[in-house]
Amino acid sequence: MDTDTQLRQDIIALIAEVTCEDDISEERDLDLFESGLLDSLAAIELLVGIEERFGVDIAPTAVEREEMNTVNRIIAQIEQRYL
Amino acid sequence: MDFYVSPSFWFLLIAAVVPAAILGFTGRRIRYYGLVASVAFLLLLFSVNMIGLLYFLVFLVLAAVVTAVVMREWSRGQQRLWVYRLGLAVVLVPLACSKVGAVFDENILGFIGISYITFKAIQVLIEIRDGIIGRLTPFDYLYFLLFFAPFTSGPIDRSRRFTDDAARTFSRDEYAGLLSKGIVMLLTGAVYKTILASVVFAAYTPETLGLGFGAREVVAAVKDAYAYGLYLFFDFAGYSLMAIGAGCCFGIVTPANFKAPFLSCDIKEFWNRWHITLSFWLRDFVFMRFTRFAIKRKLFGSRQTVACVGYVFNMTLMGAWHGLTLDYLAYGLFHGLLLAATDIYQKRSGFHKRYKNAAWYRVASWVVTLNLVMFGFALFSGQAHLITGGLLHGY
Repeated sequence: MDTDTQLRQDIIALIAEVTCEDDISEERDLDLFESGLLDSLAAIELLVGIEERFGVDIAPTAVEREEMNTVNRIIAQIEQRYL
Repeated sequence: MDFYVSPSFWFLLIAAVVPAAILGFTGRRIRYYGLVASVAFLLLLFSVNMIGLLYFLVFLVLAAVVTAVVMREWSRGQQRLWVYRLGLAVVLVPLACSKVGAVFDENILGFIGISYITFKAIQVLIEIRDGIIGRLTPFDYLYFLLFFAPFTSGPIDRSRRFTDDAARTFSRDEYAGLLSKGIVMLLTGAVYKTILASVVFAAYTPETLGLGFGAREVVAAVKDAYAYGLYLFFDFAGYSLMAIGAGCCFGIVTPANFKAPFLSCDIKEFWNRWHITLSFWLRDFVFMRFTRFAIKRKLFGSRQTVACVGYVFNMTLMGAWHGLTLDYLAYGLFHGLLLAATDIYQKRSGFHKRYKNAAWYRVASWVVTLNLVMFGFALFSGQAHLITGGLLHGY
């Protein structure tokens, strides 16, 4: 298993934890805000989790909601910044 | 001269749009002319209030200086937090002083548009600190703060979005579309504000319930709450439409402030539809910062508690921003508690989860939400205060 795959799995595990939705990896293009799985507080929990687990600091207004509203987009945003 | 009210403003706006339209249609940038026009409009706005002009200039110099200092700190990698915090305090002091002064009927550092220019200046400072704004020219900063169209009452734009719009040039067709959209919004907003708001306001005749406290008095009180809510909507949404419309003529597409708020099926949805740019500003720069701070430092036991405290803090601050009076503070607290209660109900209630998509449930939610919203306006307008006072004093 390469690092990239492990990183993606860890990100999906974090999203599942924050949204309380275990099957989140099956619908990676689902709009998490539209579907009610993410709200402002959960979004902050996600950002804090991303900072603590991956060392990636994303400020609340750094990314528009439309650019971080699905599992795939969240993965893309973290991978862009992950060293 | 009052923006969007005085006839002289409308004549000057038409005159000011002509050069903007020539620049827009010929594919040139409007922003340099836009800043000159904005300065002229602001001078006319402050021409009847020289003390206001003085306070405005003091604010502008302070905000520009602290923003330049914080920008230099962050671009050089020094990033001393106390410099940033001092900068925030300096920008906030005039607004805080003006709110406290208003309680005592005194103008302390206040001027027309102080709230909205403060929100914008704070957004820039916070985003420099977050590393999101790496570069902002003095021109872009001044144009963002001084752009006349939303200067007095919003909508509250964001600097990165505004600067991108200001840097744009348009094809003939693009600008024609933007100009016609702007003109339609200006006209629609004028109808909202000058006709519909006035008509609805005529129905607002608040009074105490009186000694004959019965169904007739209660119906009259409910009618007044609805009349005030509708008046506020048409007045403010009308103003916002005109401000966005004027912006479009200058190539700036300011974000929408209202999206059919009275169709909301819960109070969270209401705040995504009512005074949107203020609500989102508070969400991004107060609620999300507060909750991030609370989660990182584990201030509260559960995420539910963090959310509830965050909602109450955020909305009470919103009420305080309207004014440090009992009515406004009660309005803010009411909405904070409502948001907290809604959050708990939606997350914990099996009943809600089971029926939330059912048509009857959505209709019932809409009716409840609309009436809670109108009750909130009764707090905001002072009507609830009047009625409560009447009941306590027996008239």
